[in-house]
Amino acid sequence: MLALFTEFATWLAYGILGLDPATRIGTSVHFFIEDTTKILFLLVLMIYVIALARAALDLERVRAYIQSKNRFAGYVFGSGFGAVTPFCSCSSIPLFLGFTSAGIPLGITMAFLFTSPIINEVAVVMLWGLLGWEFTLAYVVIGMTAGIVGGMILDSLGGERWLKDFAAKAYQKAKDTAHEQSGDPELPKRRTMSFAERHQFAKEELKDIVGRIWKWVLIGVGIGAGLHGFVPDGWFADNLGSGQWWSVPAAVFAGLPLYSNATGVIPVIESLIVKGLPVGTTLAFCMSTVAASFPEFIMLKQVMTFRLLALIFVILLANFMVVGWVINAISPWIFTGF
Amino acid sequence: MKTFEILGTGCKKCVKTAESIERIADELGQTVTVEKVTDPAKIMEYQVMSTPAVAVDGNVVHSGSIPGRDEITRWLTS
Repeated sequence: MLALFTEFATWLAYGILGLDPATRIGTSVHFFIEDTTKILFLLVLMIYVIALARAALDLERVRAYIQSKNRFAGYVFGSGFGAVTPFCSCSSIPLFLGFTSAGIPLGITMAFLFTSPIINEVAVVMLWGLLGWEFTLAYVVIGMTAGIVGGMILDSLGGERWLKDFAAKAYQKAKDTAHEQSGDPELPKRRTMSFAERHQFAKEELKDIVGRIWKWVLIGVGIGAGLHGFVPDGWFADNLGSGQWWSVPAAVFAGLPLYSNATGVIPVIESLIVKGLPVGTTLAFCMSTVAASFPEFIMLKQVMTFRLLALIFVILLANFMVVGWVINAISPWIFTGF
Repeated sequence: MKTFEILGTGCKKCVKTAESIERIADELGQTVTVEKVTDPAKIMEYQVMSTPAVAVDGNVVHSGSIPGRDEITRWLTS
């Protein structure tokens, strides 16, 4: 079905616009038309369908579910819910405090917050459309593992010591009262939603998300198209293709000052991979761009001391590098198609 | 007179929520106080996890999105 977009791009770029497929500008424009139309189509379709399905999901329920699990399962579910629960970065503070004041360990909350920007339906849809399901699956597994391991390391270092006072007190209070309570925590009653309400919710979501990300798609695909047309095939493969160890930290640091969400980066990484940049290096770059964003960190400053922020930052960077190295080492066996 | 508190750390949606409550109150000829609450400790006390949220006279009535016209009208007239 997706071949339709290739044909459309061929018709528009080479037919109507009269560009020559043998030129750099020709292939760049073709790439740009194909990817923007394909991505926007997939996004509109998937955001709507997924929003319909999760209209009834609410954070109180998610929190109660995580609370009912043991410690290890808590990390896994924290990260898993981070992947499926949408929330805008302006909600991260209330969410953080909501979890903390319910006595959920800091590492589990952070597993949620680490994973959330890396994995979301938009990222998954785009990866699937551009790079295929094997790559998408690997991305999801790696993203979740990075979140889970990051959370565990944070807890094993006793990160909650460095929460801001009011947050630390709320956490302590919740832990003290936890064993006095018996049974399930009370949940506010929710009535079931009618289809019309779900449709309304999904429509609003669609408008909101597409309104926010369409320019990222254009910028991302624009850069990707430039790389596609102007970087010679195999340039990365010739220069960095053997997965030199330093290429991974270099990619992580190159990604840091670039603030983007997954939507903008994925078309770029598609081009990088096709041009022969090792998969691990590319993923390290992608995660660093998406997950370690300065606006997010400045917001977390309201509930964390500088020390804790710095610790989280270092754990994240270390995580991305390990991911890059491991994937580079094993990719010859798993990503034979690239 | 009703007091509306808009809970949120200052994103665009919170501003929009405050604006639409003020506008609809105006249309109905009501005087209300609309305050923006951005202090995370205070938001935590209200046990709100998704913002923007709205509290009327100290009770949370809504959270997680910009409330619709019907809802706002109900809070104002009830």
